[in-house]
Amino acid sequence: MEKSIKKSSLSVSPNGLEKKTSSKRLEVLKTYKIYIGGQFPRTESGRFYTPVNATGKKLANVCLSSRKDFRDAVVAARSAFGKWADRAAFNRGQILYRMAEMLEGRKAQFIDELMQQDATKAKAEKEVNLAIDRLIYYAGWCDKYQQLFSTVNPVATSHFNFSVPEPMGVVSIIAPQSDSLLGLVSVIAPVIAGGNTCVVLASETKPLCSVTFAEVLNSSDLPGAVVNILTGKPSELLPWFVDHMDVNATIYCENDSTNRKMLQEKSASNLKRIVFYDTINWYSEKGESPYHIMDTQEIKTTWHPIENIAGSGGGY
Amino acid sequence: MAVARSKTIVSDFSLSPHIDQVGVEERASRFTKRSIKKESKLNGLLLTLNMIDLTTLEGKDTDGKVKQLCYKAMHPYDAIQGLPTVAAVCVYPSMVKVAKKALDGSGIKVASVATAFPSGQAPRDVKIRDTKYAVANGADEVDMVISRGKFHAGEYNFVFDEIASIKEACGEARLKVILETGELGTYDKVRRASDIAMHAGADFIKTSTGKIQPAATMPVTLVMLEAIREFYYKTGKMIGMKPAGGISKSKLALHYLVMLKETLGEDWMNNHWFRFGASSLANDVLMQIVKEKTGLYQAANYFSVD
Amino acid sequence: MATRKSNTLKLKFDTSWSYAPAPESKSAATINKQYDLFINGAWQKPSSKKYFDTINPANEEKLSEVAEANEADVNKAVVAARNAYEKVWRKMSAKERAKYIFRIARMVQEKARELAIIESLDGGKPIRESRDFDVPTAANHFFYYAGWADKLEYAFPNRNPQSLGVAGQIIPWNFPLLMAAWKIAPALATGNTVVLKPAETTPLSALKLAEIIQESDLPPGVVNIITGAGATGAAIVKHPDINKIAFTGSTEVGKIIQKAIAGTHKKATLELGGKAANIIFEDAPLDQAVEGVINGIFFNQGHVCCAGSRLYVQESVAKQVIKKLKDRLESLIVGDPLDKNTDIGAINSKQQLETIHKYLKIGKQEGAEMYETSCALPRKGFWCRPTLFTNVAQSNRIAQEEIFGPVLAVLTFRTEDEVIEKANNTPYGLSAGVWTDKGSKIFNMTRRMRAGVVWANTFNKFDPTSPFGGYKESGFGREGGLHGLLPYLNLAN
Repeated sequence: MEKSIKKSSLSVSPNGLEKKTSSKRLEVLKTYKIYIGGQFPRTESGRFYTPVNATGKKLANVCLSSRKDFRDAVVAARSAFGKWADRAAFNRGQILYRMAEMLEGRKAQFIDELMQQDATKAKAEKEVNLAIDRLIYYAGWCDKYQQLFSTVNPVATSHFNFSVPEPMGVVSIIAPQSDSLLGLVSVIAPVIAGGNTCVVLASETKPLCSVTFAEVLNSSDLPGAVVNILTGKPSELLPWFVDHMDVNATIYCENDSTNRKMLQEKSASNLKRIVFYDTINWYSEKGESPYHIMDTQEIKTTWHPIENIAGSGGGY
Repeated sequence: MAVARSKTIVSDFSLSPHIDQVGVEERASRFTKRSIKKESKLNGLLLTLNMIDLTTLEGKDTDGKVKQLCYKAMHPYDAIQGLPTVAAVCVYPSMVKVAKKALDGSGIKVASVATAFPSGQAPRDVKIRDTKYAVANGADEVDMVISRGKFHAGEYNFVFDEIASIKEACGEARLKVILETGELGTYDKVRRASDIAMHAGADFIKTSTGKIQPAATMPVTLVMLEAIREFYYKTGKMIGMKPAGGISKSKLALHYLVMLKETLGEDWMNNHWFRFGASSLANDVLMQIVKEKTGLYQAANYFSVD
Repeated sequence: MATRKSNTLKLKFDTSWSYAPAPESKSAATINKQYDLFINGAWQKPSSKKYFDTINPANEEKLSEVAEANEADVNKAVVAARNAYEKVWRKMSAKERAKYIFRIARMVQEKARELAIIESLDGGKPIRESRDFDVPTAANHFFYYAGWADKLEYAFPNRNPQSLGVAGQIIPWNFPLLMAAWKIAPALATGNTVVLKPAETTPLSALKLAEIIQESDLPPGVVNIITGAGATGAAIVKHPDINKIAFTGSTEVGKIIQKAIAGTHKKATLELGGKAANIIFEDAPLDQAVEGVINGIFFNQGHVCCAGSRLYVQESVAKQVIKKLKDRLESLIVGDPLDKNTDIGAINSKQQLETIHKYLKIGKQEGAEMYETSCALPRKGFWCRPTLFTNVAQSNRIAQEEIFGPVLAVLTFRTEDEVIEKANNTPYGLSAGVWTDKGSKIFNMTRRMRAGVVWANTFNKFDPTSPFGGYKESGFGREGGLHGLLPYLNLAN
């Protein structure tokens, strides 16, 4: 059914002016821009870089984001945090599910991009499918992890006491270099499922999917600035990602001991939380877990007195 | 003293401050952590003795019983020289005359319960006559009960007006208003009733009749002391406090004194502004005083039961 | 009855009836003249051959001298802990482990009086607090975590929790015994072994705990307690065979530790400073709120990381609240920590007293109005009157920096939004307090406070079952409750 519609729409041009000479038509190239505050600006620096695939083919001219882009993205993420955290958990789940729907709808484009970035068709399809399923996995967790990780604490005094997870705030993420779509989705989803906002640095060598994913986000119901995606070089941006005083946590996914050490040292600036995902195979079951949501949650404990008027104990 | 006029002190008593039960009980228990030893214990006991309203409020009260109680009030324990007397003797209106005569010249006050004590379930004119009768027979102080039923029904103006009219009937006698906190249920209501009583003209607010359990407790008394403090800061008028019922041991009485000292301070640390409504407390205080003086633990048989 | 204008009314708390001294007897506690290092279940001489004095801050008299552990001593302790971990503790059935911890809990209870006296002598805190809070809560903490030892798999669904190894634990001087319990109890319950260093000004109760541990027949090396100052702590932090660092102390040192362990696989828990906002709305139960504020800032001389040192009062009740606070301040008794009637004991050290004095000076220079009680202070020892500053601005340093003393900054606010913003306007996030009688407001406020512990209509409450720990620069990780197990476990499945 779908196919037949496509066919007919191809054969009949809307205005009837189909040109037989269209085989020479110049392809429209996509401009890969970054995603800050729900907008698609170019980097303020005006710089770009041109990643190439294994065959040496230029992928695109991609923004080489600067520390100022990161700064702007953090400002956007901070301003979006309160409202996103305040959304009903159910609503966050709906939005994550919507993201999965939109991703499903643009599956072909992602597969195409992954293949441009050296994946086989089979592997590309697998990665996109898993990425969609991962969003759905976390969509389901949005209104459940709290129940799993909260406690009501039986204190000895006449107080009601409970502990609940709360989002940390703004999370800076250096996404996995390989698995440029699945890795990206796998690190973003638990962070936003838990009510945080984030600034993500996409894979340097394979950035195409990240920008397209930003378009998916933009066309889903996710409020602008909850996820901000930059492209560029970790070697340049890493220190800024962990130095910033208004970032509450940093996620790093490579097994690079020099960088790990640097991140830990610099995190002391404001004692931001550091999360390392360097040993995770995103294709495995370990690539998804409610414990990943908890990695960017704080536990808040609340106390309140329980009135206990003498003589009212007979109520049982 | 001018009669309180409700028109000039219009106050919405449902807006009385709220009390957190757990918090006020924590604070009250903190007073019990004070360790009262040596001379401060002795001085505290003497002060306590001097603050007692020695009480007999029984159907079987007779002239003879009241006279014996009055003798005890004046001579708590003659074996020790220089002991203070108690503050007052508290009786039913019918016994005021007997008590007044027995206490003549001692400086000990005669307090009379009135207003259809202890339930207060009587028409207002009966309560007024009850009060006037007690005063006419020589009562220096009148201990009235509020209409708890009306209070629970939210008829605060009724309660207020009733107190004001009893105050008027008291004339020169000082009016103690019994809230019967054991029937009020919550500290919020204790605070509200205290505010009504003070604004309506009470000279004292008092916890209980002694006929209902629980009677006085430390947290209830603390809520009332804090109400007194706030009223004082608002109006400049001092109000007395009388916890009554359930205070039979010296140690507990000393805890009350600690609470009084740390809540209202020096000006209230005398029997003009603070009373213990109790009957068995006096003997325990006396036993402790003798223990402090002799170093020997005492037995009840050495102290007269009146 | 003469009535006076209410603004001139003053209650007199200096009453003719006063409390006679009621000192707890020192003879109920035994303090050795000298303490060695507790390593591998035995008291060992320090290889540094050095000892340092620990004094009573209430009279500056020497109480004892304790060994100073150097790097070699730290290494000895870590080796002992590693051996105990590999050969004994991790192999022992969890049920047996639990029984050891239960036994320690009981023994702390049995020796409660002695521990309380030592705690007050060495640290300066009032005996009422060490007797009624520090020691019983420490015992309860051991009790609570003892029961977890054989139930860990229930705490983390779908995971198989594993112990980490050797935990290096560095604790502060404000709650010496309690902090030792907070650190040791969960570490043992989760199957780790411990090298613990108490603060240099307050080592005695931890050393008493070492005696208890020795008496309990806990296998040698499972808990090692070594004394020393910053250098000893640094040696623990840097030791390559330690798997876990747990630190309670200042944010400044916490950051140093975070840098020092960078590049290692040491897991860390940092419980650091705070500048808690305590917020009173006009509809609050004011008298209980005032009591909560008093306990919030004057508990343990204000040497409390979660102390409610910033008071925000809604303007409509500010005058009333300040008056109540001043009245309450007057009934606080400052003096001999061993006196059962003392509310506020000695400042823990000369150095800390100087810090507090520095802030008092800053507060006055900044134009805030200082009010201190009229009580007399002892001549020897380190003392500070309970103090409050009014007319404080959000930008004043006394409203921003942790003073760690009996000093309260009072600020006012008008609306809920305003106070939420001001309360969260700090790098810290350990605790907060909210006072209002309106339920829906409580839930709004407690949710919006960016702090790990929020007390509503109460303050400074602690319980072994209740997780404690900070947001932001107040550190990370939780202590207490189920969540307090996690920092000592590896959940990788």
